[in-house]
Parts: sequence; C-alpha cells; structure tokens
Amino acid sequence: MFDTLQDRLSEVFKNLRGKSRLSEADIDATAREIRLALLEADVNLGVVKEFIAAVKQRAVGVDIHQALNPTQQIVKIVNEELISILGGESRQLRFAKRPPTVIMLAGLQGSGKTTLAGKLGLWLKEQGRSPLLVAADLQRPNAVNQLQVVGNRAGVHVFAPEPGNGVGDPVQVARTSILHAMSKLYDVVIVDTAGRLGVDAELMQQAADIRDAVNPTEILFVVDAMIGQDAVNTARAFADGVGFDGVVLSKLDGDARGGAALSIARVIGKPIMFASNGEGLKDFDAFHPDRMASRILGMGDLLTLIEQAEKTFDAEESAKAAQKLMTGKGGEFGLDDFLSQMQAVRRMGPLSKILGMIPGAAAIKDQINAIDERDIDRLEAIIHSMTPGERSNPKILDGSRRSRVAKGAGTTVAEVNALVNRFFDAKKMMQSMAGGAFGGGMPGMPGARRAPARPAAKSRTRGKGVSGNPAKRNSHAPADAPVDGTAAPAWDPAASFGLGAGQSDADLQKALSDYQLPADLQKMFNQKNLGPR
Amino acid sequence: MVSTIPEKARRVLRDELVRLVNPGFDRSLKVDGDGVPGVVLVVGVNGTGKTTTIGKLARVLVAEGKTVVLGAADTFRAAAADQLQTWGSRVGVPTVRGPEGGDPASVAFDAVQQGIASGVDVVLVDTAGRLHTKTGLMDELGKIKRVIEKKAPVTEVLLVIDATTGQNGLTQARVFADVVDITGIVLSKLDGSAKGGIVVQVQRELQVPVKLIGLGEGVDDLVPFEAEAFVDALLAES
Ligand SMILES: Nc1nc2c(ncn2[C@@H]2O[C@H](COP(=O)(O)OP(=O)(O)O)[C@@H](O)[C@H]2O)c(=O)[nH]1
Ligand SMILES: [Mg+2]
Repeated sequence: MFDTLQDRLSEVFKNLRGKSRLSEADIDATAREIRLALLEADVNLGVVKEFIAAVKQRAVGVDIHQALNPTQQIVKIVNEELISILGGESRQLRFAKRPPTVIMLAGLQGSGKTTLAGKLGLWLKEQGRSPLLVAADLQRPNAVNQLQVVGNRAGVHVFAPEPGNGVGDPVQVARTSILHAMSKLYDVVIVDTAGRLGVDAELMQQAADIRDAVNPTEILFVVDAMIGQDAVNTARAFADGVGFDGVVLSKLDGDARGGAALSIARVIGKPIMFASNGEGLKDFDAFHPDRMASRILGMGDLLTLIEQAEKTFDAEESAKAAQKLMTGKGGEFGLDDFLSQMQAVRRMGPLSKILGMIPGAAAIKDQINAIDERDIDRLEAIIHSMTPGERSNPKILDGSRRSRVAKGAGTTVAEVNALVNRFFDAKKMMQSMAGGAFGGGMPGMPGARRAPARPAAKSRTRGKGVSGNPAKRNSHAPADAPVDGTAAPAWDPAASFGLGAGQSDADLQKALSDYQLPADLQKMFNQKNLGPR
Repeated sequence: MVSTIPEKARRVLRDELVRLVNPGFDRSLKVDGDGVPGVVLVVGVNGTGKTTTIGKLARVLVAEGKTVVLGAADTFRAAAADQLQTWGSRVGVPTVRGPEGGDPASVAFDAVQQGIASGVDVVLVDTAGRLHTKTGLMDELGKIKRVIEKKAPVTEVLLVIDATTGQNGLTQARVFADVVDITGIVLSKLDGSAKGGIVVQVQRELQVPVKLIGLGEGVDDLVPFEAEAFVDALLAES
C-alpha cells in the first residue's frame, strides 16, 4: 500500500552496474512501475498510457553516471510531468467587471457543493466582498436548510425563496437571485445546485438552464478526491452538459491519493483551483500542483503533514522535544517526551495516513507498524508508574526498578522491557531522521523541521518554487523557529531510499493488461495475494 | 473497449469474476433482534449516501410489514437530522433526534431505548459521515456502537460505499471494519456511470458481503446485490 514510486523504481534499477544508459528493458520496467503507481492513485487508465509515453521518451535520455541515480532522475521526470499537467493553467478566481460576479457550483451527489458554498462565502467575505448564497438544490431533502445553517455559520446571507424537498423551480430561483443580488448590492452570488449524475440527461439539462439563467462568471466543478476511474466520464459529462471553468477537489483531508485531479486536468484541460480539506468552514485553500503531484505518487504530502502537525501538536512542546533530541539541550529526550509524541501522533489520525505522507516511508514502515495505536494507553500506564528520574533517563531502569514498574502498572516485566527497548529504537530512528535523512519531518518527530538547516546541496534540489501558504504556516510557527525547514521538498532526490517494494505478479499482470480490463480490476489481479488477509 | 476481448476469454473472465464476487455469500440483512428490536447502524465517509440509504431501507422494511424507528445520530452536519426526518415522514416512520451538536451516542441510545419501549421491530441508526483517517471521529463511532449495545445488540453494521470511489474505498473499509466490525456493504449511486469495482476487493479482503445497492434518490431505489448482474455491468462497454 505504501510502496512509493522510489521504492518501486529502486527495485527495478537494482542491477544497473556497469551500464551507462538505461536499456530498453529497464525503461519498460520503469514504465510498468509508474503505471502501477498511477493506477493505484486512481489516475485514469487512458491518461496513464499517455503519460507513460511522455515519460518514456524522457527516460531514454537518463544518464546513469550523473550525480542523481536513475531512480532519482526518473522520479524527478515523473514529478515534473505531473506538476506541469496539474499546474498547467492554474489561475485565480475571476470577478465580473460589472457585479455581481456569479459562481455556479456543479457536481455529483455528495461531492461537497453545499459545504463548499459556505467556505467560498466566508473566504470572499473575509476579502471584503459581500457574497450571497443561493439555495438552488431543491432536490435533496433539506439541502435548503443545510445551506441556511452553513450560511449562518459563515455569516453570509442566503437567498432561499423555495423550501426545496422537491418543491420549487431551481432555474427560477437562480434567475431571481441575480435580481435580488443587484437590488441589495451583493457583489458575488454563489449558486448551490443539486447533485446530479453525468448520465442523467434531464438533470444535466436543468443545470444548463440554471447556467443560462444566471450567466455565471465561473462554473466550478466540485469533485471528491476519492473518486476512482469514473472521474473522467463524469468530468466529461459535466464539461459537455454545463461546461465548467475550474475544478474544486474536495475531501482532501482524507488519504485518497487523488489521481482524479490528474485525469481531469489532463482530459478536460481545466485548472484545479481550490482544495477543500475538512468539514470546517476554514478548511479550504488554493490548489498546489506540487503537493498534489507528490501525493499522487505516494511520496507524501509533506507540507500538508506539517500544517496538520502544527495544528495538532503543541508547538512549544515539540520544539522542546526536538531540541532535546538534536542537541540534548534542556535534558535528554526521555519517556515523557516519547509518550507525548506518540499521543500527538495518535491525535493526528491513524498511522496509516501519516505513513502515507512520509517520503520513503517504506524503509521504516515495519518499525512504525510495530506501534499499535491502541497500545498507547498501556504504555501510558507503564510510563506513569515510573519515577520522574526514570522517565527522563530510562537507562537507570535496572531489573528491580523494572519489576516495581511492572507491578505498579499491573503488567509484566516483559512488557516493560519491550517498551524500554522500543523507546531506545525509536529514539535512534528519530534522531537519524531528524538529522535529515528523510529530507523533512516525521510524525514521531514533527519538531524535526526546526532542526538546523540542511546542507545547501540538498535544498538546491528543489526545482519548483516553494509551495504552500507561507503566511499561514508562519503564523503557526513560533517566532524564533526558522521556517526554512518547512520548505523541504516533498521528495528529496538526494535522499537514498531503496527498501521495500515486493515484486508484483508480472506475468498475470501482463496477460491481463492485454485484455484491457477496467483498471479497478487490473489492480485487483495485480495483487500478489488474492486471498483474504 | 471490452469488445476487443475474444468471446471465449471474455467468458472465462466473467466466470472468474463471478467466482470472485462469490454468489454464495449470505447477503441477507440481519434485522431480527432477540426479544428486542434489530439494530442497524449505518456508517461511512461523508456524502456516500448513508441517510438516503436509511430512508430507502426503512421503506423496504415497512413494505415487509415491519415497524421501524430512525435514530438521527448525525448531530454534526448542518440539517442532517432534518434530512433524516424528511425521509422518515416520506416512508411513515418516526425519527428520534437530539440537539444539533449533541452527543451522537446518546441520540443512538435514546432511539434504541424508544424502539424497545414501543416494541418496534427495527431501529435504523444514521451516523455522521466521517473520514476514516480521523481518529477522534472513529473513536466516537466505536462509542456509538458500544453505547447502543448496552440496550440491544447491533444486528447489522452497514458501510455505505459510493460507487464512484476508487482505491480509497478499500482503505475506508479496512478502518471501518476495524472500528465497528462491519457486517455488510451498501454500494450506492450505481445508477451513474461508475461501476463500483472496488467492492470486489473489499469483499474479498474483509470477507464482508455487499448486501444492497443504491440506484437513485427515490424511495424505491434500493435493491439486493446480485453478483452476476454486477459482473456483467463491470464488463459492459462504458
Ligand atoms: N444518484 C444517486 N444519488 C444518491 C444515491 N444515494 C444517495 N444519493 C445522493 O447522494 C447525496 C448524499 O447523500 P446522503 O444520504 O445525504 O449522504 P450521507 O452524507 O452519507 O448521509 C444526496 O444528494 C443523495 O440524494 C444513489 O443511490 N443514487
Ligand atoms: Mg447523512
């Protein structure tokens, strides 16, 4: 699951010794791994094929004797190609010369339109605009109420002349909303529409009628980041049925790789403009192609991880822990720190998610998997049975202390031993990672980003501009913390990854690919172990 | 696309897929409690169709002559309880609800308690959509189930998966199965162009059958899952 493209490719390039160019077989093997990685990320099969063709061309030129090894070079190429598709046309929201600006939201059922309407409303209001939300989803039970509540929370007015639940004409509501906005001097109108399926010709026509009634400045297609191979069909149906100007990717706070972003950007050629990443009204951001590229490749959305870490971790506490780990200042990194780090990790979400966001996680995934989230309560009991001295310096825990602790925590000495050993392992691991081997932070050690700047040679490898919203990140960071660490590349070509990646069942995969199965099924057959786990 | 498959290979493939999807699975809904109402807990990520499924499922049960109570344990999303209640009144069953933002477990508890008191056959409990990555919300879900079980066993935990969902569907299912032991899958929105192929993997890995499919937004758009028809749709020209 967490095999990253690096892991896969290093497997392919294991036996390159003595060659100066990649052979045709090397390139084919490379293409296959990229193909699987992209399919696993839900990128559309057709798009994958096109993409691979482009990458193959560039891969022919890969020089084995360069500073970057072939894995690094290929990953770099793939990443660049992804970013260029995802960010090809990125742009800002347009406003009408003569207000009101009209933004129409369209998408499948459950894609997140109503929530987005509230987020957009708040966002625009904060920019000094005066937005009006329009309840033109008269289909889904109580969608109108939902919009009213959302508008209320955002402090934005809602135009809802019809009760909904099947009553009222959405085209009429949309039309009159514009007149209402003009007379009441709202300068942006956000039209929430009912969810509809691409194959529903009647409802698609209704969407087109709403469009014609309001003459939107922007039509935004809202799509769930979890969508699979159907993304392209659906996007095309909406592009043909109503047309859209930009895409909003929703539910990015989950752990879907979000390959649909690539498919839609490639096939429809419309920019992805916003990312919606939570249920709160503020969980909304501009779209960052470079973050998305890393995410699709399973190389971790490190910047998002860091932002989340900042939200969850007590900044001061983790800075202290980082200091201890790195320099031994303020005391040794002890069991109390270990516990609070683990608890913080737990607050951040299941480890699987965090794992998925760490570049090169494959190399350490076994260690991390060994931390059972539900163990944490037991660990807490053990640690709390220790004296402060033992917690800050576990080395003093001799046999008799351990048996006392075990008794106090109602457990066995073996459990205490296991915890202490795990602590020392983790400490070692975290220290080496904080030292920069992974080019960024890690969940057990979020403070690592405040580690001393990495060597210049490494930072130089970041080709594309620093992404993200520095203002936002800065505001979370303590004043004295150097923020340069946050700009760590989501992939780091200079780092050496290389473990993991089991071989997939190549023959079966090849045989099946000749049959052009739906990608979902190809994936399934590709799994080595077809039986239940 | 698939028409490029030679007919014979296609048949082999179809048979193999049908076997994978396992027509022999017990896909019946467990809604009989033992002296207490059967309790069905409906879970899933945001927007998959949980509330709608409950509305439609209530309709099916009512049509079978069962008495039903709905529990609006989605106290989080704006107007979610209203939405469930609208469904309840459409199909003529009462809805137990609590204050918005209130404790979902206590609403679920109340619903089951009320179901027991009024001697209904089945209590259907709606829950807020939650991404499986949010530990706090998953813990909350576990608690909802545990609290219900102080009153009556949960006879069925249905995970609603949207047919458009890609590979992430498997991850979702793993985590939900881990937290609340799902006993069945509802594949929603199969009336669109998406085919929901991911449930094949989900079913195999977790050994939890797909029990129902959603085919639209109307009250009667919920039908039993059928392995062969599903496979035919998967292999059909898109
Ligand atoms: N076309 C179609 N739409 C559905 C189906 N099931 C639910 N929906 C729609 O999907 C959206 C989200 O459904 P809802 O029940 O509110 O999802 P919840 O957030 O999981 O409770 C609503 O617009 C529903 O009408 C289905 O089987 N087919
Ligand atoms: Mg709901």
